[in-house]
Parts: sequence; structure tokens; C-alpha cells
Amino acid sequence: MSSSREAIFARLRDANPKVKTMETIAYQPWVSNETEVLKTRFIDGLSASHAEVLTTNRHALNETLKTLIIEKQFARIAIGTGGDLHSEIVKAISLVQITHPLNILQFDVDFAQCKSQLFNDIDAGITHCRVGIADTGTLVLWPDNTEPRTLSLIPPAHIALIKRSTIVSNFAELMVTEAWQNKMPTNIVLVSGPSKTADIQQTLAYGAHGPSQLVVILIEDM
Amino acid sequence: MSQSDSNSLNNGVHIQPLAPEHFHQQAKAALADPQLRQNFRGAMDYLKDKRKLAFSDVAEEKHIRNLSEAIRQRCLSKLPDLLEQLESNCINNGIQVHWAEDAIQANQIIADIAQRHNAKEIIKGKSMVSEEIELNHEMAKLGINCLESDMGEYIVQLDGDKPSHIIMPAIHKNKQEVSDTFAAHLDNFTPTIDVDELIQTGRSRLRQKFQDADIGLSGVNFAVAETGTLCLVENEGNGRMCTTVPDVHIAITGIEKVVEFLTDVPPLYSALTRSATGQAITTYFNMITSPRREGELDGPQEVHLVLLDNGRTQAFQDEEMRKTLQCIRCGACMNHCPVYTRIGGHAYGTVYPGPIGKIISPHMMGLEKTKDLVTASSLCGACGEVCPVKIPIPEMLQRLRNEAKNPATAAHPEIKGQASAASKTEMLAMKSFAYAATHPAIYHLGSWSATKVRGLIPSKLGAWTQCRSAPKPASKTLHQLLKASHKKDQS
Ligand code: SF4
Repeated sequence: MSSSREAIFARLRDANPKVKTMETIAYQPWVSNETEVLKTRFIDGLSASHAEVLTTNRHALNETLKTLIIEKQFARIAIGTGGDLHSEIVKAISLVQITHPLNILQFDVDFAQCKSQLFNDIDAGITHCRVGIADTGTLVLWPDNTEPRTLSLIPPAHIALIKRSTIVSNFAELMVTEAWQNKMPTNIVLVSGPSKTADIQQTLAYGAHGPSQLVVILIEDM
Repeated sequence: MSQSDSNSLNNGVHIQPLAPEHFHQQAKAALADPQLRQNFRGAMDYLKDKRKLAFSDVAEEKHIRNLSEAIRQRCLSKLPDLLEQLESNCINNGIQVHWAEDAIQANQIIADIAQRHNAKEIIKGKSMVSEEIELNHEMAKLGINCLESDMGEYIVQLDGDKPSHIIMPAIHKNKQEVSDTFAAHLDNFTPTIDVDELIQTGRSRLRQKFQDADIGLSGVNFAVAETGTLCLVENEGNGRMCTTVPDVHIAITGIEKVVEFLTDVPPLYSALTRSATGQAITTYFNMITSPRREGELDGPQEVHLVLLDNGRTQAFQDEEMRKTLQCIRCGACMNHCPVYTRIGGHAYGTVYPGPIGKIISPHMMGLEKTKDLVTASSLCGACGEVCPVKIPIPEMLQRLRNEAKNPATAAHPEIKGQASAASKTEMLAMKSFAYAATHPAIYHLGSWSATKVRGLIPSKLGAWTQCRSAPKPASKTLHQLLKASHKKDQS
């Protein structure tokens, strides 16, 4: 329908708007250089949005993850195939399996082949996070071949692993320092809590269509 | 499930179908419905309080509104260039771009995509633009079923109704009424007023639908020209589902939604969520830059972007009206409007209700149909004061009232339905008054005669005296009084 395109552009160009230059007002989001302040705000924000935050260190990560899985009685777990902490995830799973039966879906096939299992037979998905944003208590997910998009979306619980050293002040700073404009992946998702809705009589309810539980494991690495 | 043509206000007063031409009747019916008024009152108070808390620092509020206004104005001032840039970046990223001048073309584009894929089921995230083109209705005619997945939209669709608010579509109903709707339309549903249970019902009914749908359809909150990225704001996760699970994703949006840089997004996003629901951030912010790439295991194989004009280029024509397009659809103007909060969204009979609806609908539907809407305002100014992008809505309403009454001038190009509210009697009366007011002798004669006939003014003057007492001229004119007091001073 290229004639529609031409017609729309003709009308827009016809208006001949006077081009406005870049505004001089700067965005001033919340910012801090103190790592303790960043950490506290990050945890507070996520907790206020109903996420559970567990703090651990890299050494104890597999124990933390193991305990979490057992306590929450997750019996069917989906995981990716790579990432920095992948070996710890695998380790935690094998620790659980010593005492508890655990079904694992390793997401290494096309979505069409594991779609039904993801929707119907999985309790939790585990993913890494690229960055944390302290300002709003937000996780930045950057799904890729090893951790597909639906891993953090379809299972009713999402376990997100994040290293404390990745926490930045705010969203604007993040995209500038990482020069996102040069390397946008297929999909980036900012997650700030479990799925929710207030569509019925302004009453907040969790677990609308996304995960109803979000467990964040914050790994001390500084 | 197709949307039915008929709609009813809650108290059972049927006006088929709801339309802006019947605004007065619809508003009257809404005002007479105590349950509806209570539902809106509760919701609007809640949203107003939430917004207030989110902007607790007055200086910061001022700053971010100024910034958001400047960003939107800059982007609009470059709109044709930015649209070209957006298009070419999207295409480079593998997103297919389509242009639609009106609803018919937009529906045709979507129907073509659907038919090419033999699609029978489209699952939808929240999209007001899809309401604008009546997508569900049009697709149903072709045997394609559109299913709403946003909880509010899902409820509204079950009712065969339309959203009454752009952010909270089912705000006109309370939990009991939602339970009644579910009971009437869903098998094996046990009535409940437990909101968690109601939401879990929606969740479980829709879960299979996400798996089965051939196409996912969504709106767009910001389209970034610099990178060809589509940004979606949501809390429920249905937007992520619709844009990730089905093999084909179609995003539809108005041509004004484009921003220049990625860095334009964070301030606008913050202004949007705080104005809309008082949230510092929503649960999800979804940035989509391409369909599934080589080696990726999920995500749609095809992504389409449909860019809709539908009257927006008319609003774009002059600098004043162009400000209408700054809107980021937060809904704050509705929540703070003394008219909207009392009559609710359906009474307007337009897709976009409330203050933003009054200023955007004339461009979409023409002034002829919407001329009553532009007068349905006390011009109190609340909408303009809360608008995060500082659209001067009251001024815009006055401008549109003017356009509805008078022919186009050289300064302003003609708009659809120009002068459709013009009245010969009114024009004559105004002309006569102008003549009298500029001719003192005639003016004084007139005002003097009014003091003589003051006892003869009837006490019932049609609509005017429905809620006011009839005017009564004073026994002496102002002129006479001043003259007398002047004489007294001198003596
Ligand atoms: S006009 Fe302003 S307040 Fe109203 S919806 Fe648009 S951005 Fe929000």
C-alpha cells in the first residue's frame, strides 16, 4: 500500500513544521555512586513490588538455589544452556536430585517442541540477568540463544540470578554507558516484580499472565 | 467471540449504538446510574491519589513535565524524517512496515497477513488503536477470531462492550459485576467476589489461548527511530505473551508514537507510568527490535508494524493542533476531569473518552459528529495541569469550539466538519450584539428597555432554567447607577 505511504508523507511534509533543536533540559533521574546505597535501593524496590530477594555469594550460590527449590517444592524446572552461572545452576540441580526427584527441561530445542511442556508442566524457570537498576528495583533481561525469551515468561515462577556488581543507578545511565543504540538485541525486557493487575476494582492481584512469583538471587561479588 | 453492535449503559438505558452524536442522552443516562457513578468515583479517587504520591516533589514534577513536553515537541517537529528513519531501521531489523491512512486500510493489511498465514485466532494485548479501527469486529466478519488478553479488555469483550477508560478498560464494573459477567459467559465458573480468584479465572482461561493463537497483536507505546525498536509498557505479562509466543506478531500504532532517540524513552516512560497509575515503573518494559534471529529458539518468525494515520495528519497541520499528538495516552486527564469522573467513559461514545478524546476525536471522526463533545467541558483546566506532556487541552477545546462554529480562515486550514455547529440565529444575535456594543446610543436604549420589562421575563427558559433560576435584569442599568453616584460625588 505504498500510495498510502506517499499520501501520509505528503500531508506531513505539507505542514512543513519548524524543526525544534535538542532541548536544553536534562533528565535528572535518581543517582548514587555509593554501592551500599545502590544495593539497598535495588532490594527495597524489588521487595516493594512483591519480589523475594535472597542474598548469597558465588561460593554459596548452589546451596542457596538448592534450598530454594526444595523449600518452594519446585519439582519441574526449566533452565537454559549457558551463561556465566550456568555451572552453578547445574550443580544446584544435582544437589537437589540427591534427595528429591526433579524434572529438568533444558531449553535447547525449538520453542515449538517444548511449548506445551513449558506451559503445562514446569514450575519454575531460571535465568541470568544482565544488569540491575537500583532506582526502580528492576532486572534487565537480555534473552539470547542460550536463555530464550519464554524461559522467564511462561513458567509460573521465575528465579533470576543477578550479580551485585552489575547494579547501576538508573535506566537512562545504563543505555548510555552500554551504548545500546549500537547493539539492540531481538528483545530486552525490564522486569520489576511478578506479573500483576489492578484491572478489577483497583484491587492489586499477582500472577496475571506472567510469573506469579519472582525470586531474585543477588550474588555478592564485590 | 465478536463484539456486538449494541451497547448499553449499566442502568439498562439502551442507546444503540453509543455514539458521540448522542452525547447528551448518554451522559444523562450515566448520571442517573448510582452504581456506575460509585464505581467511577472510587476508581478516579484511587488513581488521583496514586498519581499525587508519585509526583510528591513539586519541582521534580515540573521538571519532568517540561522535559517530556520538549521531547515530544522535538520528535513531532521532525515527524516525517523520523518516520522514514523508523521505517528503514525496522526493515533492516527484519520488521515489515505497513502504512494505513484509515481504519479500512489498517484492517485490510491485518486481514491480508492473517489470511496469508491461514490464521483463525488472533490473541491481543492492549491496543487502543485496534479499538480505533474496530479490529475485532472487522476480523470477525472474515471468520477470524480476535481475543483480548488484557484482564480488563477480556472482561469488556465478554460483555460485548467497549473499554470505558484507556488504561483501565473495565473500570466501570465492580467485582460483583465482573463475577456476574464471568458467570454469564464462562462454563463451570463459580461466582465469587474474591479478586484473586477472578484474576486466576482469567489467567487459566487464557493460558491455552496463548498457545493456540496463530497471531499475537499489540499496540506500541514508543517506537524508537534511532534503532527501529518497539517499546511496550505493561504489568500483566500478556503483552509479552502476545509478542513472544505466536509465530507472527503484528504491532499497530498511530504515526505520532515515534521518538527520535533511545534516550528519549526513560523520561517519557517514567512520566507515563507515574501519571497513569502512580507507579514508579511497570512490571514489564518490553523492547522489541526484530523477529527471531538466526540461532534463537523462540520469539515470532515475523514481526509487522502497522502505522496508522486516521486523522492524525490533520491535527499535524498547524502548530497549535499538533500538540494533540504529544499525547502518551496516560489517562491522567480523564482521572482528573470533573465531567469524565461523573459520567464515565461510555457516555462519550468515542474510543478515546475524556479530555484527550474531546481533542483527538474531532480529527478522527470530524467535528460534525463530535461537536457536542468539545462543549462538554467547564474549562476548569485540571486536564492541562496534570498532563505529563503539557498539552493545553482547555485552549485546544476553545479552538475546536471556534472551528465548529466558524468557517476556515487563511490562518488555519479547514478541518473535517468545519463550521458544522454554526447557527444562523446565534450568528445574527452575535452580530447584532457587536453592532449594539459599538454604538452607545443603541446600547443604552437596549439596556434601559431591559430594566422596564424586567417583570415580564418568564421563569421557565428551556434548558437554561433546568438547573438555574431565570435571569432578572436590575431595575437600573450600570450606566444609570454610575451616573447617579457621580452626580452625588460632585454635589
Ligand atoms: S492528553 Fe495528556 S493527560 Fe491526557 S492521556 Fe494524553 S498525555 Fe495523558
